[in-house]
Amino acid sequence: MDLENQAAIKKLADEVGAENLMVVLGMPSEGVQIAAETLTTGDPSWAGPLAGVSLRLPVFHILEERVRAEVPADVYREKLELMEMVLDLDQIEKGLAEIRTKR
Amino acid sequence: MTPVLRAASNILVHAPDLVRYGSKCFREIASQGESFSRKLSGRIRSYENAVAYPPNQVFIGNLPPESLTGMPSPWHGHPIPDASSKGPFGEILPQESFYPLLQRADQFGLVMLDSDKLPLSGFASNAASALVPEGAPGPSHKTADILRGIESGESIPLEHAGALVGCVRRDHDADESLDARVLLENLAAKASGAYALSRLLVQEKIESGQVEYIISCSEEAVGDRYNRGGGNLAKAIGEMAGCQNAAGVDVKAFCAAPVYALIHAAALIRAGVVRNAVVVGGGSMAKLGMKAHQHIAKELPVLEDILGGVAFFLNSDEDEGPRVNLDIAGRHEVGRPSSPQGMVEALVCDPLERAGRKICDIDKYAVELHNPEVMLPAGAGDVAMTNYRTLAAVAVMRGEIDRGDIPDFIESHGMPGFAPTQGHIPAGVPYLGHALAGMRAGTLNSTMLVAKGSLFLGRMTQQADGASVVVEV
Repeated sequence: MDLENQAAIKKLADEVGAENLMVVLGMPSEGVQIAAETLTTGDPSWAGPLAGVSLRLPVFHILEERVRAEVPADVYREKLELMEMVLDLDQIEKGLAEIRTKR
Repeated sequence: MTPVLRAASNILVHAPDLVRYGSKCFREIASQGESFSRKLSGRIRSYENAVAYPPNQVFIGNLPPESLTGMPSPWHGHPIPDASSKGPFGEILPQESFYPLLQRADQFGLVMLDSDKLPLSGFASNAASALVPEGAPGPSHKTADILRGIESGESIPLEHAGALVGCVRRDHDADESLDARVLLENLAAKASGAYALSRLLVQEKIESGQVEYIISCSEEAVGDRYNRGGGNLAKAIGEMAGCQNAAGVDVKAFCAAPVYALIHAAALIRAGVVRNAVVVGGGSMAKLGMKAHQHIAKELPVLEDILGGVAFFLNSDEDEGPRVNLDIAGRHEVGRPSSPQGMVEALVCDPLERAGRKICDIDKYAVELHNPEVMLPAGAGDVAMTNYRTLAAVAVMRGEIDRGDIPDFIESHGMPGFAPTQGHIPAGVPYLGHALAGMRAGTLNSTMLVAKGSLFLGRMTQQADGASVVVEV
């Protein structure tokens, strides 16, 4: 997860409290697991602002069924439907479900 | 005049001792010292293993891209038996034959080789030996002189098989654009580009004097501190390959440059400015070992140990090859979104629609063909497959295919990635050799090259970019 995003989320958590935040990712399958790990137990590469910081935020992906159900149909068709066909949703859902058990 | 693609050549240069000068490895060695260097050396492949590596055999044309689909993985663990370093439209050069080409590429006494340590006992390739017609690439230097330059900090060592065989020196003590490593990077692009061009000329029996125009799509920023990136590597490559009657220019557009260069070359021919043109791309030393730290961590060989190069010959003789159809050339305008969907619409759907065609009318799409075995262990994804899935998804949304047909669409209109991760080299164009063979055999009618470029890497814009063009009988 890039350092700018880590810094932005850490700043938000400091301002409003981690208990008041949840994260919705919109990234391709490959980075999801690492991003979720970073936002749960800390930056595994120990390179960014979240190195050693366990925010334990709930992390979801925009294409997980219960999240996408909340998106208006026209917006979904315009912005998300294509990526639903491109990304490996099973892999994303399973990976995130596992990480959420570590909170 | 109708521009046609007469010939394509793809070359690889096995350069295990240049991996340490790739950007990532150079930084790792600077921060971790010799411990990283040792780890790197421990996972470097032999030339024979690089030759027998299935994706490399596909790159030089000995196997079709589709053959990778059924091959056992990992590919690096299943070398092709009796693999040849020569293919129908490409070849793989060993490092000991490349160093003399580096010296030959240098006209300023920058590359010093000790011929006692690296005796030139004939080149492994006719295309390489054609670049050194008088037999010796330059003077031999004494080990003491080479060591003196290295110890003073002016030069960086060139090693081969564990021995010091030469060095490359800087050409200015305060101009970082003429730093030894920068010059080596530029000379590597020039020498590998000239080698690709030489292979093309030898392969097709084209006299070097016939070439009228050369467009280089290489990525290196050649120039001094006042004009970094000033360029015209094209003329330097043309000179090295003996193209005395050719003019040349560089086209820069990150990884999309090869497709832009093909479009420009074809347009010059169609406009009657020249009768023929070569597009050439040399290798990128900076990208050697780009993911080596992840490959080492996963106990894989360092797969990014090769420079890639491509060269294409276009003319207007319709008997000699398929046409480059400039009526179906896609561009990504400034006002377009850089989303995956926006890119496909700009580069694929719009140009096809203007010509009254549909996505499924094109036999094969050649997208960014990065070898997935290099990308996946680094968590970077299968670039080719993601591109094909996006294209298929757009075809679904346009009602051309059903959702359930996506796997079949990918199998029939796509292919696995097989190109080294050399930036511009995987940009669709390595497929052209295969496409020409298929078109001559009557098994393929059309291919669309679709290349994208990450302009944001240079920090001048957040945009992406791309270009596409159809080649068809």
